[in-house]
Amino acid sequence: MSESTGLVAGEPTRAGRVRVVLHRLLGAIFVIWATASITFGVQSLLPGDRAELMINAAAGTFTQPTAAELAAVNAKYGFDRPFWEQYLHYIGGVLQGDLGESYQSHRPVAELIAGQIAPTLALTLSALALAWAIAIAVTVFSGGRDGPVARAFGGFQVIKAVAPPYWIGTILLVVFSIHLRWVPVEGGGGLQGLILPSLALAIPLSGFIGQIIRAEFGRVLEQPFVTSARMRGMGNLAVRLRHVLRHAVLPGITLSGWALGSLFSGAAVIETVFARPGIGGLLVTGTATRDIPLVTGIIIASAAAYVIANLIVDLLYPIIDPRLKQS
Amino acid sequence: MTARDPLLHRAATATATPLLTVERLRVGFGRDPAAAGAVVKGISFALEPGRCLAIVGESGSGKSVTARSLVGLTGRNATVQAERLAFSGRDLTRYGERDWQRLRGRDIGFVLQDALVSLDQLRPVGDEVGEGLRIHRVIRSREEQETRVVELLRLVGVPEPEVKARQLPHELSGGQRQRALIASALALDPALLIADEPTTALDVTVQAQILDLLEATKNRGKALILISHDLSVVSRMADEVIVMRHGEVVEQAPVATLFSAPRHEYTRRLLDAIPAAHTRGTRLAPASAPRLTADAAHWRRRGGDTPGPVLEGRDLVKRFRGPDGQWRTVVRGVNFSLAQGETLGIVGESGSGKSTTARLALALDRPDEGTVRLLGRDWSALDEAGRRPLRREISVVYQDPLSSFDPRWTVERIVGDALAGGAAGFGRDAQIDELLELVGLGKAHRRRRPLELSGGQRQRVAIARAMAPRPRIIVCDEPVSALDVSIQAQILDLLGDLKAALGVSYLFISHDLGVIRHLSDRVLVMRNGEVVEEGTADAIFDAPQQDYTRELVSAVLHDRLPRIKGTSHG
Amino acid sequence: MTKPADQLSVYPQTLVGDQLLRFLPSADALRTVPATVYAAGVVVAFFLVAAVAPSLLQTHDPFRTDLYATLQSPSLDHFFGTDQSGRDLYSRVVQGTGQSLAIGLGAIGLSIGIALLVGVTAGLAGRRTDAALSRFLDVLLAFPNLFLALLFVAVFGATTTTLIVSVGLGCAPGYARLIRGQFLVVRNSGYVEAARALGHPYGRIVRQHIFPNAMRPLIVMITMGVGQTIVWASSLAFLGLGVAPPSPEWGALLDAGRNYVTVAWWLEVMPGFAIILFALSVTVIGQHLQDRLEGRVNP
Repeated sequence: MSESTGLVAGEPTRAGRVRVVLHRLLGAIFVIWATASITFGVQSLLPGDRAELMINAAAGTFTQPTAAELAAVNAKYGFDRPFWEQYLHYIGGVLQGDLGESYQSHRPVAELIAGQIAPTLALTLSALALAWAIAIAVTVFSGGRDGPVARAFGGFQVIKAVAPPYWIGTILLVVFSIHLRWVPVEGGGGLQGLILPSLALAIPLSGFIGQIIRAEFGRVLEQPFVTSARMRGMGNLAVRLRHVLRHAVLPGITLSGWALGSLFSGAAVIETVFARPGIGGLLVTGTATRDIPLVTGIIIASAAAYVIANLIVDLLYPIIDPRLKQS
Repeated sequence: MTARDPLLHRAATATATPLLTVERLRVGFGRDPAAAGAVVKGISFALEPGRCLAIVGESGSGKSVTARSLVGLTGRNATVQAERLAFSGRDLTRYGERDWQRLRGRDIGFVLQDALVSLDQLRPVGDEVGEGLRIHRVIRSREEQETRVVELLRLVGVPEPEVKARQLPHELSGGQRQRALIASALALDPALLIADEPTTALDVTVQAQILDLLEATKNRGKALILISHDLSVVSRMADEVIVMRHGEVVEQAPVATLFSAPRHEYTRRLLDAIPAAHTRGTRLAPASAPRLTADAAHWRRRGGDTPGPVLEGRDLVKRFRGPDGQWRTVVRGVNFSLAQGETLGIVGESGSGKSTTARLALALDRPDEGTVRLLGRDWSALDEAGRRPLRREISVVYQDPLSSFDPRWTVERIVGDALAGGAAGFGRDAQIDELLELVGLGKAHRRRRPLELSGGQRQRVAIARAMAPRPRIIVCDEPVSALDVSIQAQILDLLGDLKAALGVSYLFISHDLGVIRHLSDRVLVMRNGEVVEEGTADAIFDAPQQDYTRELVSAVLHDRLPRIKGTSHG
Repeated sequence: MTKPADQLSVYPQTLVGDQLLRFLPSADALRTVPATVYAAGVVVAFFLVAAVAPSLLQTHDPFRTDLYATLQSPSLDHFFGTDQSGRDLYSRVVQGTGQSLAIGLGAIGLSIGIALLVGVTAGLAGRRTDAALSRFLDVLLAFPNLFLALLFVAVFGATTTTLIVSVGLGCAPGYARLIRGQFLVVRNSGYVEAARALGHPYGRIVRQHIFPNAMRPLIVMITMGVGQTIVWASSLAFLGLGVAPPSPEWGALLDAGRNYVTVAWWLEVMPGFAIILFALSVTVIGQHLQDRLEGRVNP
């Protein structure tokens, strides 16, 4: 955090920048490979026989399949091969975008995910935007002040950061859908149906981002360059918007890549609260029916999303912090 | 009271109408009415165009608060009272925030210290310089602003102003940044410029250039208020000087009078405390600190006399990898040698490699090339286990003692931890007591934690810790740079006394030529990782051979202070 | 010498920016109004009593069904209302406290245990080990915690143990990174270098300086962490992947209430309220501890 706002940024050179980008790209590939490996490792810890689980999952029964049935499944999915061979086969598949086949529906996991990703992306991205809007509004208003109102805001931030999305979602649902009837209970895919779910996701995140940028805001407000701006006759609001805010959002931006990952988690829960279509529903059903390829596929996909989000943040960062631009 | 009467000086110094009149300005913090006037306790002065008033004082004297209250930026909880506060006929005591905003930048320009943090790091320099023009709506277009900014940057002597205006602050050198900051304060051609420690963070050579610039501004008819802790800066710039201490005006006089015949004891002590050529071999703070009170015999350095050098560096090279992955050579081919009982001063500006050289001497870093020899042993080539028994021969005093102490530990634990273990032949408790007494601390300090001590006390603890293993060599890395001048004087006196009593050698690193000259037998001048010149202190300062050394020495202002010596040097 | 007060002009200054302000109580110090910390302490004490001796705080038998009083909204008799079987929700929340806290404590214990192992190793070992472990932690942090937990539930089935292990493992990478960072800060501190310059052996420096200083935030991490793990566990339970519903564990109450949210909001809101109240209280206490801790480190 301090590094990004540090006083002396190293002289950026073109070679250095290329190095950094290359480094990040390699890191991204590494993260996806490692994620696939870890999920594969956890799968192999599975108690009991995997072929049996698969047959039961597909049939929805809990019977002991015959040896012939098991052998057929084992041969088809390569469960009878050596461990490392299965591993290489799996990793090879992941790198080609093949995430395996669902135990239950026998459709490719990648296809299932692709079918459900759009509403989840819409939800997470709108939540991220909303969270930033709330955090910035609250910070500009209350940052660096310690009157009773500002303190109440500070306390509110803590509550927001602690409260889980499902609870906020439930409250919003109860208040706005059931009591006030402003929005329908079953939201559907439209823009109207997006309001409450993304708000439910955005509120805790805005508490989290808000806590960070508010602390930074208070610190920056005391910096000599802010005093310098005041010494030129700049008004209070202008100082906050033109000078302080830009510095204060820097640590929050770094976090946004990470936040997108946590939004994926939150989205799974929120989609359940509001009965929305999306990855969350897929994941919960997959977990409940122990459809392991589906669960691991979603995890790898979300790790990829996390990695991409962080790469985007890295690329966008120099726009706000021009010190990092190529010279 | 007569010395504080502004009317006296006005009559004596000028006939012009004052631009700024301040009468009995009092500032306090907190809502408690009793706190009113606790930080600034009634300061009065008048300032005419084309003249410079300097307010000097050590930290906590209230000088910066005074300056800020003149532009209505004292701080949130402050209460400012004045019998009169008038700027070119306007009554500032009735000003509200809107009025102040119209005044700031347009009528009064303000320059803070350390332009790197006083300019917005994320915006081009030109935007910062031209910001005042935009705020006060004196320009109509972006193009007009750019033209004016380039003019301003040219006025303050920034080279290639068109290019620099588009660069970010960190891409400019320290001197250029400070010039740009001054340009931003001059943007609306204010009648009064207030500069709060404008040269403090700068290297000496740059310092002189910035003072020239301020002087030129004054000569163009601007009134100037200069806030500084540095009497030598003041002696060069000011027409009139106010000396402040704990919020009170100690002395207020025209500059010549103040330096030639200081009336107040405190002013005299401040002037005496400045280390320079003529202070060599004398005590800087004879009144405040007695000579060593404790018996130093137990703490004399270990070992007998060594004929050759006790510490020697040969062809030292050290490279570091920057955050962008580039290697930088910080020390390139440095040679030095330190004899028994000698003080070798290493002087240089920031980035000269002097602190890295100190770390190599302490074997905290390993040189990439070359060797360091300690008492004839190949110190830099040994592994850490091999160095351990030798480490008690060489110890260190840092610039920032606070960070060198474990925050949980008490003073007695810090000092006790450094004892070599029963070496002095008497109890550990008694040893700690004696060491603390040796550095001028009492039993009362034993149970304190570092945070509960003042800056000077902390440095005394650091010195006690350095003395505890009875080393032959103490490396002092900017040990007084963070201290006020009167505390600096006491610590320098202590270091001098200890050297005489214990026979240790010092490797003394400083950016301050006055300190180096006061203390060193021989001097090494460093620049960009290389030794530029080496010689006895007198030779370096009186007859420098290299251009860089000459430039450095001529930039020093200490020795230009009017002589008032002949006061007590007990 | 002084003029009467009415002739003195007094104007308040409205803006910050003076170094001297640093000597006054900081905004942080003002923020830790002891009253909120005391209130948080009372809340935590309440829950601790509920965990150890729930009957002291219950108004009804948490398991007794009453078909004449199903789905009643909160009232003076039933603080949190009643469920579909007429059971008193408040008493059930009190009853479930023990199990919920046990899950939270178990998860944070496991989490910190693993984090210590990894974080201390990375923080004390050489550059290579540190780089490798840090990379590994980065990967684990790329998993959304909840998904990792779900993978465990999918593989091992939904039991209390799975819940503790999956939440514990899910939170561990974050703590490991915090601990590692703490060790690095202390390791690079001036006082560790000063100890090196005195010639102390590395083992002694680790024992005397690095460990005690790096471990200081641990108590704060644990305090705040219990709140977090309970919230996490309840999220899993909410998805129907926690402990089976007959138990009044908080998450299970949430899961059971989910189907009634349109007709009986309190079944969902009240257990959630208990969870947030607890999490908020430990956070307030944790922040207070942190402020005090930092107050001693930074002047």
